[in-house]
Amino acid sequence: MYPAQFDYRRAGSVDEALSLLQENEDAKLMAGGHSLIPMMKLRLAQPPVVIDIGRLDELKGISEAGGSVRVGSLTTHADIAASDVLAAHCPVLAEAAGHIGDAQVRNRGTIGGNIAHADPGSDIPPVLVLLGASVHLQSPSGTRSVAAGDFFQDLLMTDVGEDEILTHVDAPALGAGTGAAYLKFEHPASGYAVVGAAAAVTVQGGRCTGAGLVVGGVSATPTTVDVSSLVGTDLSDDAIAAAASGLDAEDPIGDIFASGDYRVHVGKVYGKRALAAARDRA
Amino acid sequence: MARVLGTSIKRREDPALITGRGKYTDDLKAEGMAHAAIVRSPYAHARIRGIDTSGAEALPGVLAVLTARDVAAAGIPGVVPVGWLLPDLKTPAHPMIAADTVRHVGDAVAVVVAADRYLARDAAERVAVDYEPLDAVADVVAALEDDAPAVHEEAPGNVAFDWEIGERESVDAAFASAAHTVELDLRNNRLIPHAIEPRAVLASYDSSTGEMTIHMTSQNPHVHRLLMTLASLGMPEHKVRIVAPEVGGGFGSKIHHYADEAIVGLCSMKLDRPVKWTATRTETNLTDAHGRDHSTRCALALDADGRITGLRVDTAAAMGAYLSTFAPAVPTYLYGTLMSGQYDIPAIHCHVTGVFTHTTPVDAYRGAGRPEATYVVERLMHLAGEATGLGPVEVRRRNFVSPDAFPYQTQVALAYDSGNYGPAMDRALEMIGYDDLRSQQASRRDNGGKQIGIGFSSYIEACGLAPSAVVGSLGAQAGQWESADVRVHPTASVTVYTGSSSHGQGHETTFSQIVADRLGIEPEAVEVIHGDTDLVQFGMGTYGSRSAAVGGSAIARSVDKIIEKGKKIAAHLLEASADDLEYEDGNFRVAGSPDRSLGLGDVALQAYLAHNYPDDLEPGLSATSFYDPANFTYPFGTHVCVVEVDTETGSIELLRYAAVDDVGNVINPMIVDGQLHGGLAQGIGQALWENAVYDDSGQLVSGSLMDYAVPKIHNLIPFELDRTTTPCPHNPLGVKGVGEAGAIASPAAVVNAVVDALSPFGISHIDMPLTPEKVWRAVNS
Repeated sequence: MYPAQFDYRRAGSVDEALSLLQENEDAKLMAGGHSLIPMMKLRLAQPPVVIDIGRLDELKGISEAGGSVRVGSLTTHADIAASDVLAAHCPVLAEAAGHIGDAQVRNRGTIGGNIAHADPGSDIPPVLVLLGASVHLQSPSGTRSVAAGDFFQDLLMTDVGEDEILTHVDAPALGAGTGAAYLKFEHPASGYAVVGAAAAVTVQGGRCTGAGLVVGGVSATPTTVDVSSLVGTDLSDDAIAAAASGLDAEDPIGDIFASGDYRVHVGKVYGKRALAAARDRA
Repeated sequence: MARVLGTSIKRREDPALITGRGKYTDDLKAEGMAHAAIVRSPYAHARIRGIDTSGAEALPGVLAVLTARDVAAAGIPGVVPVGWLLPDLKTPAHPMIAADTVRHVGDAVAVVVAADRYLARDAAERVAVDYEPLDAVADVVAALEDDAPAVHEEAPGNVAFDWEIGERESVDAAFASAAHTVELDLRNNRLIPHAIEPRAVLASYDSSTGEMTIHMTSQNPHVHRLLMTLASLGMPEHKVRIVAPEVGGGFGSKIHHYADEAIVGLCSMKLDRPVKWTATRTETNLTDAHGRDHSTRCALALDADGRITGLRVDTAAAMGAYLSTFAPAVPTYLYGTLMSGQYDIPAIHCHVTGVFTHTTPVDAYRGAGRPEATYVVERLMHLAGEATGLGPVEVRRRNFVSPDAFPYQTQVALAYDSGNYGPAMDRALEMIGYDDLRSQQASRRDNGGKQIGIGFSSYIEACGLAPSAVVGSLGAQAGQWESADVRVHPTASVTVYTGSSSHGQGHETTFSQIVADRLGIEPEAVEVIHGDTDLVQFGMGTYGSRSAAVGGSAIARSVDKIIEKGKKIAAHLLEASADDLEYEDGNFRVAGSPDRSLGLGDVALQAYLAHNYPDDLEPGLSATSFYDPANFTYPFGTHVCVVEVDTETGSIELLRYAAVDDVGNVINPMIVDGQLHGGLAQGIGQALWENAVYDDSGQLVSGSLMDYAVPKIHNLIPFELDRTTTPCPHNPLGVKGVGEAGAIASPAAVVNAVVDALSPFGISHIDMPLTPEKVWRAVNS
C-alpha cells in the first residue's frame, strides 16, 4: 500500500489548476482523494504528478436559482446529504449522497471526484442521469456542458478531456407533484452499490404524467429503463412492477458476490421499489 | 473492601489506546533502521527458473536483496516448522524463502532492504523472477482427486494426514437400526482473520554482542522465540529477545510463526542493523494463516423417540501449501473431540483428511476447530428436529447430557467436567419470546412476502488449552501450561509477570482483578507485565480462550503461595504458629485473637527488611507457578438468532440475536460481554458475508477489503446477552474462557434461522456465506 513516487502540486485557482494540467503530462487532479489515492496505493494508478484542487473554494457550494440546483464539484457528499437547499428542491440527490461510503468518506469525498471516477457502483451517477442533470467542464479554451446521460461513457471512463476540470453540476429542481427515491443494494465489502435504483414520478390529478428510472451497478454506466408505460396510469403496484421489469442490460457486471443475471434481477426489484417509493412521495 | 472479582471495572488499557498513545510495532523506530519489502509469488504454483536481482540492487538506497541462496549461504536452518504433530503426519519442508518452487500466491521468493519503505517497494518491483507456471489446485475436494496437481512430492494424493476418532463399527450399527437419519454435505467457508493491525516486525541484531531483539506482533513471544531460533535462524535462544508491544488483535493469526518475521531477522543479521517490515493489507490477506476451509459429509442417527444413537462425520480439511504452526491440531484435537456437542451420543466416529492445497496455509482462527464442529452438530440437530417432528428445541432437550451425568465421558476422548444445559436453553427461549415468534412466523408464511426464521445453536467448547495429559494422550507432542511470577513489593504493591500475552483482551485489567481480589488490595496496586521474553520467565501465550483459565489460574496459585509465605512471616513477627494464621481482606490474623494481626504492607516490608529471620525463613515475598490444567474447561450455552429473509432478493436481515452463555465465574462482566460481541460479529460474519475465494488457478480473488466482507457496525444489531453460571470445578478461579464462544456458536444459529425461514420452499441447507444471490437461487430452484 505504498504508492509509486509522484510530485504533488496544489492549485490556488481553477486557472492555475488548468495550467498545471497543461504543463504536466499524465497528471491527475485530486479533489477529496477518495478514489485516486486508493488506486495509487495499489499502484493501479501511477501518475507522475498529482494536482490537488481540494482547496478551491470557488468550486464548492450548493445553490438554487430559476428552478435549477447547482452543486460545485468540490462539494463533499456530507454537505450534499445535509443540504437544506437540496432537501427543499432535489432531495433525491441528498438521499443518494447519504448512501456513499461511511461518514469519513462522505466528509472527504466530493461529487466531482465521484462522477469523474465513474465507478459503476457509485451512487451519484444514476441520480444525475435520472434528473437530466448537466455536467460543466472548463478548459483553457473555455467552458462546455454535457448531459449526464452522455457524460458516463464506460467503466471508469467519462467525457472529461485531459485538459478539463469538472466545475459543477446543474440539475433541474423537482417540481410539485414529483416524488423521487434512491434505493441501494449495498455490497457488503466495498459499500458500493451492487444495484442502485433512482426513480422519479410526477403525479397530477391522480394520474402519472411523467416517470423515470435509472439503475446503477448493473452495467458499466447507468442503465435507463423505459418506464413511459406508467404515464397515464394510477401507478398501481402491478403497473410499476411491469415497467421496472423492462430493465435490460446486454453485458451486465458480475463479481464473486453477485453475478450479472442476479444484478439484473435485483435491478428490477429495486427499480420497482424505488418507483413505488417515489410514487408515495409524489 | 468490596470484592473486585465479578465487577465491570474499566479497562486500564484503554486511555492510552484511545488517545493514540499506544505503541504498536510499526510505531517503533530504531537508530539506523532500514525497511524490508518482500517479493512474493504471483502464481499459486510455479518453478523458479531464475531470479535477477540486479535491477533492484542498482537503485540508490537499496541495501540488500536476499533470496533462498542467501538463506543457504547463511548456514541457518532456514525453515518454518510445524509445532503440533499427529501420527504419520507428512511434514514437507517449508523454506523461509522459496528456492525452487512456489506453492501459493504470496509465497516469499526474495526480500529487498532499503533506506525507506517506499524505496524498498519500488526495488521489490524490480526483482525479476523467471517463473515456469505449473498446474495448481486450490480447492480442498479437487486436491484429493486422482489427477490433482501435487503440492508436495512427499505427500502423495496431497494427503497431509489421515486421522480418526471414535468407533466406526458402533456408528454403523446405530445407523443400521435407526428410526430416523439425517445427513448433510457442507462446506465450512475459508476465512481471513483480519486483525486491524497488520503483522509487523522490527528486528535489531547487534554483531558486537551477538544479540537480537525482535519487536513483533505476537500472541506468544516465547513460542515465537523458540521456533524462530530453533528452526529458522539457528541462533542461541538466550541471545534472542522477543517483545510484543501493543498488539492490535490477532484472532489466532499472530500465534503462528511465519516466514516473513524470520526473513526480516535474517536481514538484520546480514546487515547488522535494525530492519522493519509491516505487512500491507494485501500481504496480510495473502500470508496470515487463514481459517476453516472444510468439506464435510455428516449424518445423524436417531431412534423412534428422537434420541441420538450415532453420529458420523467425514471431513476434508485444507492445510494450504504448508503446515502452519498449529494447523494439524485444529481439525483433529480441536474438532473431532467436540463432536458430542451438548448431547449424550453413544456412538461417534469422525474421520478427517488433512489436505495440501496451493493456497495460503490454514491454521487456528478464533474458535479453531470448535466452530467447525459446532456447525456440523448444530446443523444436524436442526435437521433432526425437522425429521423427527420434535422441532429444534425438543430434539435438543431430549438429548442434552443430564445435569447429574457430570463428569461426562464422551465417545471422543473429552470428559466434560461440568454442565447444566437446560437452563441456558430455557433462558434463551424466554428472552426471545419464542412462542410469540413462532406465531409471527406462521402468519408471515400465510401472508407471503418477507419470511422470518428462528435458529438455535446449543454449543459446547473445550477451552483453556490445554491439559498436557489429555492432549499428550491424543498424540500432541506439547503441553500447554502457563506461568505466572507474582512479586509483592516492600510497599505491598504487586507486579505480575504472566506468560499470557494480551493483544486486546484486557489482561492487565482482569489479571489485576484476580490478584486484588485474592490478596484483598486495590486493583490499582497491581501491575501486569506480559509479552517480553526477557521479562517473563516463560509463557505459552494467548489463544484458545486460555488466558483466564490457565494464565489466571497460574496467577491465583502464585498468590496463594504468597499468602502461605506471608503467614510464615506474620507468624514469626506475631510470635504465633503459621498454622494458626488466617488471611482475610489484606490482613494476617491469628485465629481466635482478632487483635493480633498484621496488614499485608507490614508483612511485605518485613519480608524485605528481614533482619531477624530464623534460619528456615527466606526473605522476599514472591512466587512463581507453572500451572498445567487438569482438564479443558467446557463453556456452553444456547444462542438464538431471528432473521428476516427477503425472498424476492435473497437478502437477510438480522432481527434478534439472544445468547445465553455459561463461561463459569466471571472476572469482569464488561470484558466478557465485549468478547462475546466480537466473537458474535465474526461468527455472524462467517455465516453471512466472509469468504476467502480462490479461482481455479489459485488466485485469491477476495484478497482485498473491496471483495472480502468483514462485518461492519451497521451490518449488526444489538446483541441480547445473559448468562448462567456453572463454575469450572478444577481450576482455582472456577473460570472457563469466553474469547471464542461467540464465534463458535453463531454460524450455526444464523444458518439454522435462515433455513428455518425458508423451509416452506423445501430448502434444508445453503452453504455459508449466505449471500443474497445464493439464497435467491435456492428459493427459485
